[in-house]
Amino acid sequence: MSSTKFILGLFDDPDDMMHGIDKLQKNSVPIYDVYTPMPIHGIEAKLGVKPSRLGYAAFMFGCLGGSTIFSIIYYTMVHDWPINIGGKNYFAVPDFIPITFEWTVLFTAFGMVATFLYATHLFPGRTPRVMDLRATDDMFVIAIDAKGNVPHDDITSLLKEAGAVEIKHNDRKYVSYE
Amino acid sequence: MKTHTSFEGQYEFVGKAKTWSLIGIVVGLVVILGGFLTGQAERTFANLLLMGYYFTCVCMAGVFFCAVQYVAQAGWSASVLRIPQAFAKTLPIAAVVLIAIVGAGLFITHEGVNEEGHAATVPYLYKLWAIKGVAEVGNENYDHLIAGKSSFLNVPFFLIRLVLFLGCYAWFGNLLIKYSTNEDEIGGMSNYEKSFKMSCIFLVIFGFTTPIFAFDVIMSIEAHWFSTMFGWYNFAAMWVSGLAVMTLTIIQLRKAGYLSWITEDHLHNLGIFMFAFSIFWTYVWFAQFLLIYYANLPEETVYFYKRWEPEYKPWFWINIVLNFVAPLLVLMMRDSKRFTGILQTVAIILIVGHWLDYYMMIMPGALHGGHGAEHHEAHWYTQITWIEIGTFAGFAGLFTFTMLTSLTKFKSLIAKNHPFLQESLHHHI
Repeated sequence: MSSTKFILGLFDDPDDMMHGIDKLQKNSVPIYDVYTPMPIHGIEAKLGVKPSRLGYAAFMFGCLGGSTIFSIIYYTMVHDWPINIGGKNYFAVPDFIPITFEWTVLFTAFGMVATFLYATHLFPGRTPRVMDLRATDDMFVIAIDAKGNVPHDDITSLLKEAGAVEIKHNDRKYVSYE
Repeated sequence: MKTHTSFEGQYEFVGKAKTWSLIGIVVGLVVILGGFLTGQAERTFANLLLMGYYFTCVCMAGVFFCAVQYVAQAGWSASVLRIPQAFAKTLPIAAVVLIAIVGAGLFITHEGVNEEGHAATVPYLYKLWAIKGVAEVGNENYDHLIAGKSSFLNVPFFLIRLVLFLGCYAWFGNLLIKYSTNEDEIGGMSNYEKSFKMSCIFLVIFGFTTPIFAFDVIMSIEAHWFSTMFGWYNFAAMWVSGLAVMTLTIIQLRKAGYLSWITEDHLHNLGIFMFAFSIFWTYVWFAQFLLIYYANLPEETVYFYKRWEPEYKPWFWINIVLNFVAPLLVLMMRDSKRFTGILQTVAIILIVGHWLDYYMMIMPGALHGGHGAEHHEAHWYTQITWIEIGTFAGFAGLFTFTMLTSLTKFKSLIAKNHPFLQESLHHHI
């Protein structure tokens, strides 16, 4: 039993990498994930990545922000300390719209950032966990979970055939670059 | 990736589209004639102005769309450009129709009442400032406020501005079409570069003149009142309704078997546009409302006072529901921008919604001789009559007929030598 946890295939060309994905899928090698320095159109569909649910989170945060400030204004301006401003009703809804809008936007923006950081484990101050740092520079990396039933040599030769410039057998999932 | 075998197919304007647009035109003509014959000339004129303005604005949005795409150097839109170009090609016709309506409204008069409630000979449109003697001290139609504005708001200068602005937009639209069709013939970058340059110039001119265009054609109906937001408010309405008509046209053309290269990704972009600018429309609408509401100055609130009367109040709210709530809640989801059926429904809601928006701008001021004779028996649901519906049908038919006829003039339905064409064909979001 080898200690290899992940096999990485590093490509220097996105087309070769896409070709490599096809080859691996044809041979029923389960792909853990793919890391690329730039967005590649159509890769989500090919890998069967589920659509992001970030939009739903954004909507909920927006609703939360809007209702929070509306409640605060209602409490302060209508319930607790009503002030006559220009002879308007105490509960003058049009006056409340701008701040409600602002808080909706604010909560949406902050909420989306927080959700994104949570989902990607990118908390401020934490060392980023990456499989190979060059995936943020000039390498297109296919990561394969080595615990599967496919012999490692077969995976290596498939990657080599597809044009991988380097193949790594990693004992750890993430490599620290601190 | 699907291969596109031919870009050469020309659009043929036949069948159902032709029949129904001609039926629309006939219905419109009958209704307009009926409106004049049944003694409702004032309402008919107001409706003609409404639809003439709507028609012109949709065509202007076509020129604006092309110019924005060139200036932004947008790639995705290269394969849809022929549709806004067909709108732009229709602009001269729309402009002539609008100028004819406005001219007739200014010069055809009837016996009515002036602002003071005295019997006077008043024009059908713009009666507040186009009435004879409005700027002459001592005349019984003299109006102090209008007299102060008369160096700008007088019939000759008004007509000169209208002709100048519309002529300018139509000229730029024509130029962009000419560059694009030349590009089809000879290829290369020279036409694209010229389009970019002229689009930049056009957008500057357009940005400064559309507010004045809206002030003139719509805001001057209630010439005592003014709002500096009005120009942008009308710009937003023009842009959203233009995008909605464009989306609907593209969806219908695809259903008829044309534009096979337009995918759900292109429609997604149009959906995003409609969504974003519906919110922009609400933003300017509300900015205008809030300032007037908050300052509470009588000469400003009179505008909303009229629209808050029982016969308009429900329409006031329906306007917000159709133009803000509906696109906001429906188009927010990614999937609804990608399903043709939902997108088409929203486009139709927005087309009707912005008709209602223009209705709310025009009718309270153009009917019933200002704030004189009240119609106490009027209900909100009787405020939209067969004249409104018939005129809408007539102009919808006229637009469809003229726009699709313009589309047949193009040798191909795609700008086949556009430098960004491949990017557009592979557009993916």
